[in-house]
Amino acid sequence: MNKLIGKFIHTNDRVLDLGCGDGSLLAFLKENNRVKGLGLEIDHQKIQKCLQKDVSVIDQDIDSGLSNFQDQSFDAVIMSQSIQALRKPEVALEEIIRIGKEAIISIPNFANWRCRLQLIFGGTMPVSSALPYDWYSTPNIHLCSLKDFEKLCIDHGADIIDRQLLSFDGEEQSFMKVAPNLLTEIALYRVKARN
Amino acid sequence: MSNNSIGRVETKSFIHKDSFALKSGKTLQGFEMVYQTYGELNDTKDNAILICHALSGNHHVAGLSEDDKKGWWDDMVGPNKAFDTNKYFIVGCNNLGGCHGSTGPNSINPENNMAYGSSFPMVTVGDWVKSQDLLRTHLGLPYWYAVVGGSLGGMQALQWSIDYPNLVKKIVVIAAAAKLSAQNIAFNEIARQAILADPNYKSEDKLPKTGLGLARMLGHITYLSDDAMREKFGRDMKKDEVNFSYDVEFEVESYLRYQGESFSNRFDAHTYLLMTKVLDYFDPAESCKGDLAKTLKSVTAKTLLIAFSSDWRFSPERSRELANAFIEAEKDVSFLEIDSPHGHDAFLMPSETYVSALETFLEKNE
Repeated sequence: MNKLIGKFIHTNDRVLDLGCGDGSLLAFLKENNRVKGLGLEIDHQKIQKCLQKDVSVIDQDIDSGLSNFQDQSFDAVIMSQSIQALRKPEVALEEIIRIGKEAIISIPNFANWRCRLQLIFGGTMPVSSALPYDWYSTPNIHLCSLKDFEKLCIDHGADIIDRQLLSFDGEEQSFMKVAPNLLTEIALYRVKARN
Repeated sequence: MSNNSIGRVETKSFIHKDSFALKSGKTLQGFEMVYQTYGELNDTKDNAILICHALSGNHHVAGLSEDDKKGWWDDMVGPNKAFDTNKYFIVGCNNLGGCHGSTGPNSINPENNMAYGSSFPMVTVGDWVKSQDLLRTHLGLPYWYAVVGGSLGGMQALQWSIDYPNLVKKIVVIAAAAKLSAQNIAFNEIARQAILADPNYKSEDKLPKTGLGLARMLGHITYLSDDAMREKFGRDMKKDEVNFSYDVEFEVESYLRYQGESFSNRFDAHTYLLMTKVLDYFDPAESCKGDLAKTLKSVTAKTLLIAFSSDWRFSPERSRELANAFIEAEKDVSFLEIDSPHGHDAFLMPSETYVSALETFLEKNE
């Protein structure tokens, strides 16, 4: 997944990673794309790991807003599989395309066939590699499908420039093109503010 | 947490003979600056860290002084501590205007051979940083690997990164702010009035200890959180029942009186007045018409900002403002808000997240 994201980032880009975790992606982009990176994270153990990797990180909750970031101040804003865990994904999306000249957003696809089967035949909330939590302990409070996310983009002023269909481990799978909303496990979108 | 102490430490003195111009327009005819150092400077001279003190601190940062007193940050500075003296060469100095050996209100004014007292010229954070740079040269240091401080000390670290971008690689600004709020200045003004209203303030042979004690009592409340005070004192009484008088009855009264009294015996009122003014005047963005991000444009130091959740003297919000300006200026900045019940004083105490963040940030990662 890091490599794939790296393809969309230019050398010397200024990159903001929202929910940067242990800083692996930013460390990777720093080494391979020589980006100027900044991460947002609230887990102090993960912040510690960022500092260990020499990744700059701000202790800030995305749900409390991103108004402290200037318009179009980053070349790319990345949100990797966390938009579904936000309280207000639509507000976050608007903020992301305001702050970033381009945004890279990945989502776990809740309409994947495995999820559908578990719900229809198992009668339980789906648990999979891309969505590894029980319903009661999941941070994912706003799960969506590819169709849902694409509608969100249309409704909230974001143009989709590119879409990659991936398996849960971040590998590109061309067969998913046959029925993206059914087969895709994780989708990676490049979006930007509509002109 | 390790209890390793550096052991006995020695105070050294740096004498600057030339005149030293202050921001106020006044000039000091030379000055003396006392300092201590811990650990060894390495061969490449790239492990020197300056630790700047806050309002009531001084050069005795760590170890045991000649009179067996522990340094004010002994919990954090020493072998295998947050600021590891096995790795770093650490310098602490007493700022100009101080009352622990550096030129200040208690020093003799060469113009009239009398102690300066209230006539000691106002100094600023910028003046301090300039004097600390003379100390750096005196110590033969090509640059500081890091400049670090909490509260007013953090403001010096920030000023260092702005004034001498080529002479500092990293800064750590802890529990500080880019400038004081009206509320901060208000607290300082009450502290000053307490001292200035003490009848002994104008007397030549007596010290305004009551006023200074009062100023410290007030200051002390602002360094603690509501929760910390509740936890420590609650409504505990010295005796079982009230006696309807103005004597000390509640534990918190007793504590504050003790703090005020002991402080007034070891600190100078003129220095206290001066330090509160240094805080009030601090506003590095002034030179860029209040635009802090623009002020920070020249900064090259890698920056770590730390704030504590229950600190209301310099709240996390003040550190976030600073972080935002660094981000806007496209600088290399990290910010951490640490959960702590200890209020502003939390910056003095080693806690796990705090210590490991400092250690990690200071680690070289070239």
